[in-house]
Amino acid sequence: MPTRLRESALMRPLATWDAAVIAATAAFLIIAAASVEHFGTARNFGYIVLDLAPILLLALAMTLIVTTGEIDLSVASTVGLTSAAMGVMWNAGIPLETIMPAAVLLGAALGAVNGLFTAGFGLPSLAVTIGTLALYRGLSYVLLGDTAVADWPRDFTSWTLGTIGESPIPNVLIPLAALAAVFGLVLHATPVGRSVYAAGASPVAAAYAGVPVRRLKFWLYVVSGSMAGLTGVFWTLRYSSARADNAFGLELTVVAVVLLGGVSIFGGKGALPGVLAAVVLLTALQNALRLAHVSTEALTVVTGSLLIVAVLAPNLAASARRTLRARRRRTA
Amino acid sequence: MRLGASLAAEIQPDPGPAVPVAALRGVAKRFGAVKALTDAHLELHGGETHALVGENGAGKSTLIKILAGLYRPDAGSIEIDGRRVEFDGTAAAAAAGIAVIYQEPALFGDLTVAENIFIGRQPRGRFGMIDRAEMNRRAAALFERLGVALDPDRPAKGLSIADQQLIEIAGAISVDARVLVMDEPTAALSGVEAERLFGVVEGLREAGTAVLFISHRFDEVEALCQRVTVMRDGAHVSTDPMDAVTVDELIGRMVGRSFEAMFPHRSTEPGPAVLEVDRLRRGGLAGEVSFSVRAGEIVALAGLVGAGRSEVVQAVFGIEPRDSGTVRVDGRRLPSGRPQAAMAAGVALVPEDRRQQGLLLDLSIMRNATLVRRKSLARFGFLTGRAERREAAEWTARLRTRYGSLHDAAGTLSGGNQQKVVLAKWLSTDPKVLIVDEPTRGIDVATKAEVHRLLSDLAADGVAVLMVSSELLEVLGMADRVLVMREGSIAGELDRDRATEESVMRLATGQEAPA
Amino acid sequence: MTALGERPAATARTGSTALDLVLRFRALGLVLALAALVAATTAVNARFLSAQSLRDLLFAAAITVLLATGMTVVVLTRGIDLSVGSVLGLSAYLTGSLLSSVGVPVPLAILTGLAVGAACGTVNGAIVHFGRVPPLVATLGTLYVFRGVVYFVAGGSRINASDLPGAFLDFGSGTVLGVPYLFALAVAVLAVVAVFLSRYRSGRDLYALGSNPEAARLSGIPAGRRLMGAYVTCGALAGLGGVLYAARFGTVDASAGYGLELDIVAAVVVGGVAIFGGSGTVVGAGLGALLLAVINNALPVLSVSQFWQQAIVGALILAAIALDRLVGARTARALRRKAAADAD
Repeated sequence: MPTRLRESALMRPLATWDAAVIAATAAFLIIAAASVEHFGTARNFGYIVLDLAPILLLALAMTLIVTTGEIDLSVASTVGLTSAAMGVMWNAGIPLETIMPAAVLLGAALGAVNGLFTAGFGLPSLAVTIGTLALYRGLSYVLLGDTAVADWPRDFTSWTLGTIGESPIPNVLIPLAALAAVFGLVLHATPVGRSVYAAGASPVAAAYAGVPVRRLKFWLYVVSGSMAGLTGVFWTLRYSSARADNAFGLELTVVAVVLLGGVSIFGGKGALPGVLAAVVLLTALQNALRLAHVSTEALTVVTGSLLIVAVLAPNLAASARRTLRARRRRTA
Repeated sequence: MRLGASLAAEIQPDPGPAVPVAALRGVAKRFGAVKALTDAHLELHGGETHALVGENGAGKSTLIKILAGLYRPDAGSIEIDGRRVEFDGTAAAAAAGIAVIYQEPALFGDLTVAENIFIGRQPRGRFGMIDRAEMNRRAAALFERLGVALDPDRPAKGLSIADQQLIEIAGAISVDARVLVMDEPTAALSGVEAERLFGVVEGLREAGTAVLFISHRFDEVEALCQRVTVMRDGAHVSTDPMDAVTVDELIGRMVGRSFEAMFPHRSTEPGPAVLEVDRLRRGGLAGEVSFSVRAGEIVALAGLVGAGRSEVVQAVFGIEPRDSGTVRVDGRRLPSGRPQAAMAAGVALVPEDRRQQGLLLDLSIMRNATLVRRKSLARFGFLTGRAERREAAEWTARLRTRYGSLHDAAGTLSGGNQQKVVLAKWLSTDPKVLIVDEPTRGIDVATKAEVHRLLSDLAADGVAVLMVSSELLEVLGMADRVLVMREGSIAGELDRDRATEESVMRLATGQEAPA
Repeated sequence: MTALGERPAATARTGSTALDLVLRFRALGLVLALAALVAATTAVNARFLSAQSLRDLLFAAAITVLLATGMTVVVLTRGIDLSVGSVLGLSAYLTGSLLSSVGVPVPLAILTGLAVGAACGTVNGAIVHFGRVPPLVATLGTLYVFRGVVYFVAGGSRINASDLPGAFLDFGSGTVLGVPYLFALAVAVLAVVAVFLSRYRSGRDLYALGSNPEAARLSGIPAGRRLMGAYVTCGALAGLGGVLYAARFGTVDASAGYGLELDIVAAVVVGGVAIFGGSGTVVGAGLGALLLAVINNALPVLSVSQFWQQAIVGALILAAIALDRLVGARTARALRRKAAADAD
C-alpha cells in the first residue's frame, strides 16, 4: 500500500497539469500586482484584456482542434486575410454592419478549405495549414498590398476599446467570457466534446464507437476559421487598421498557449481551463515585463522554455516512475 | 551462477544427444498485474522443427519476444549452446543467431526489397559506400536459394504478406541464423503460399537450422514438426516427439479441462431472422456474401485469418462502405458505411483488435464504457458526468470488471478486464444484434469462460449473436451454426451437429472431400 | 542488352521500379516547372536570363537550398525543425560579432557558425530523443528560446558591413565562373548529404526510421544516435546558413532569419519530401528551394505584383501534397496489381 501512495502522490500534480498552470497564473498575478508598479490598476487590466483577446479567441478553437490530434497553423493568416478583406469592403463603401458578419463568414469559408484538405482528402494537417498559412497571408497582400485602411467609424473602434459605463470592465470582456464558457461547455459537458476527446485519443477506436471523425474534424476547422474571422474583426477595430500583416506570426503564440495549457499535441488530452490560464499568464507576463522595463525579448525565452517544459516534465516524471518501479521490483 | 547452471543440468533429464542450440529455462515475465509467463521451458535443436502450441493467451508471443531480445525475463535463464546469456536488445539476440519472423512482418515500405534484407548490414564498396549492385546480387542469390522470384530492387510497399515473410526469411538466412522462430506464419497465407513456405522451412531445417514453429493448425504442426511443446497459462505443460502424441491429446493439454466444462449448455428455439446480409460485396472479399442470423441464435464465422471474416463484419457494421448488396436489421435496410445508423438499428460490434479498435486506452474506463451512449445519456444536450458515472459503474459491475477507479485509464487494465469494458460499452446499448470479433483473444481462461457464458445468456435473451473466432474450440462449443469462410467468400455452412474440428478445417483450408 | 545480361535474373524482368519512376518523375516535374517558369519569364523579358539576373537568383537561393538540405534530413525521420530561422539568426550574429571584434579568417568563421548550429541542433535532438517531446513542440519551443538568446546577445545593436573584414565580404559577394561562392558551397553540401543519404548505411537508417519506426527498433537500428545526428546536421547547416547570411548581407541584427522556417518547410514539401518521413530526397528539396527563389525573382519581371509571391508559395504547397497523395495512391495500386500479376 505505501508504494501505491507514493506513486499516486508523484502522479497527481502532473496528472493535472492544468491545475498547476492555473495556480502559477494566480501566483504570478498576485506577485506582479504587489511588486510591479501600475500592474494592478484598472486601466492596465483593460490593456491586458485587449491584449489577450485575439490569443484567447484563436486558442478556444485551437484547443478543440489539437485535442482531436490535428493542428491549424493558418489561424493568424486567416485573421490577416479577413482584416484585409474588411479593408477592401470598407473602401467599396459597404456598411460595417454588413462587413462584420461577412468577415466571420469569410473566416468560416477559409476554415472549410482547411477542413476539406485535411479531413476531406486525408492530408496531414501540419502540411496543409502551413500551405494555407502562406496562401492566406499572400492573398491578404494581394488584396491590400502594403497599404492600410484606417478610417474606421469612431463608434465601433471606441466601443472596442471602451469599458462598460464608468466601470473598469472592458466591453469586449463580456463576449470573450461568453465564448470561453460556450467552448468550455461544449468540450467538457456535451456529446460533441466526448467525441472530440475520442477522436483525438484514437481515431480508429472512435470510428468503431460511431464517432463521425472526419465530419467532426471538418466542422472544427470551420469553427476555427470563424473564430479567426471574428478575431480579424476585433483586430481591425482595436487598432483601427486593416493591414495585410495583421496578427503576423500569432499562430505560434496560440499553439504555444494551447500546449502550455496542458493539451497534448497527440490529441485526446487537455482541458480548457488550463488553456485559459495559459493565455492569461502569457499576456500578463508580457505586460508586467513591459511595465517593469524588462526587455520583452526575455519573454520569448520564457515562452519557449515553458512550452518545452510543459511537455518534457510529465515525460521525465513518467520515466522516473518507471525507473523507480523497476528498481523496486529488482530489490523486491 | 555456475552452481545454479550445473545444478540445473543435474536435475534436468538428458534432453537428447546434443546440447540445444537455444533453450529457455524457468522463464517468467509479468506486465503490471498480468502474469504473462510463469514457468516456461523450451529447448531447440539444430535440424529440428519444433512446434509450440497453446491457446491464445498461453504466453507464446511473450516467450518469442523474450527469445528475440525484446523483453527481458523477470526470472529464469536463456541459454545458447548450453551457455547462459542475457539479451539486452534485439541486436544481441540477432548476434546470437536468433531470427524471428512475426505474424505481421515489419518492413520498411519506402526501402527496396534488398535493403530490407540487408538494413544495417548493406555490403559496402569504395569509401564505405553501399554497393547496390552487390546488394541486389546477394538478395537475388538468397531468393534463388529459397526458390522464389522477387525483384530485389522494387520497394517493399505493396508486397503480399507471404512475400514480406519471404523477405524476412531471406534476411534470417543472410546472417546464417541458427534459430528461426516463426509466429503463426501461415495465418494470413493462401494454401499455395503456405506450401511454398513449408518447402523453404524444410530446406532450412535440413541445412541444420533449429526452427520454432507456432501455429494453431494441427495439420501443419503434424506435417512439419518433429517435436511439440504445449503451453498453458504461461507455463510449460509437456514436450514430446511429434509421433508420440495425438492431436486430441495435445488439445486436451492446451485446454486443460473438459470440453463440456468450458462451454455453457444452451437449448433455445431461435426466433425470426434479425440480421440479414444479402449479396454483400466489398474490397478484400472475393465474392458475394449472404447469410442471416436469427434472434436467440449464435452464428460463428469461422475460417483462417485473412479469409475475409473481419471484412464482412466491418462492412455489416458500416466501418467500411460496401460496394454492393444489402444489410437488413429487422427487415429495415442499413445505409452503407454509417456505423451510427447501424447502432441506431440496434447493432453492436465488439471489434477484433481491442487495443486499436475497441478502446481509447488513454481515456478513463468511464469514458470508454459510456462513449457510445454519449447522446442518450445527455440531458438537454449536456453531460454532467453523473449519468455517465452511474451507467459505467452499473455495467462494469454487471460484467464483474475489476478496476481501481472508474477514472483510471482503460490501458491500465488486464486484457480480460479491458474486454469486459468493451463488452459493457456495447451491452449498455441493449443491442438486438451483437457482433463479436475474436471475443476471447488474449484473455485469461477464467474470463474466457465468463465471456462465453455471457454470450450464451444474451442469446437466450433473444439477442442475435454473430461471432468471428479463430479458435476452433470456441466455434464448436458456442455456435448453433457455423459459416466457414475461405479466401474471401463463404465456403460452406455447418449446423451444430455436423460441425466438427475436421469438417470446419476442411472447408477453411479448401480440402473438402470430393462429394 | 549486354548490361542486362549481367544483372541477376530476377531484376531482368523489370528495368526500373514504379517508385523509382515516380521519384524521378517528381524531380523531373520540378525541373520542368522550373524550365517552364524560366522560359515564360525570359519570353517576357530576355534580361531574366542575363548573367547578372541569374547571379542574383543564385545568391537568393543559396541559403534556402542549404537549410532545405538540413531540414530534409530531419523530416525523413518523421521530424521537423522549426527553429532553423532562429538558429540562423543566432549563428549570423555570433559569427558576425566574432569577425568584427577579432577579425578571424573566413574558414574559422564558417567553423564557428557550424559549431553554433550544431550546438543548437544537439539541444533539439536531446529534447526530442531523451525528453520524448514531439519534434513540432520541441523545435517550436527552441524557435522562441534561440531567438530570445539572439535578442539578449544583440540587444538593439547591429553589425554593419563596415565592421566586417573585407575577405569575408568578398566571400559573400564573390563568384567562381559566374556562380556565387555561397551557392557553390550550398550545392556542394547538398551533394555530400545526397550521397550520404543514398549510399551510406547510416543514411539509409534515416529512411528506415521514418518509414517504420517500430520495425527500425526490431532490426536494431540505433534510433537515438541517428535522430541526434539528424538534428545536429540540420542545426549545423542552419548555422552555416547564418555565416552565409552575414557574408551576403553584411548587416546582421537580432531579427536575421525571422520567419524563415516556413519558407524552408515549404521548399522541402514542394520538393516532394513526405512530411511524415521515409521518402524524399535532398535533390528534390533543393529543387523546391530553387523553384521558390525563381518564382520570387520572376514575379517582378512578369509584372505580377510582388504581393502574389506568398500566395503562390501557399498554393504550391497545397498542390504538392495533394499531388503526392494522388501519385502515392496510384503507385500503391500499381504495385499491388504487379504483385498480384507476379503471383499468378
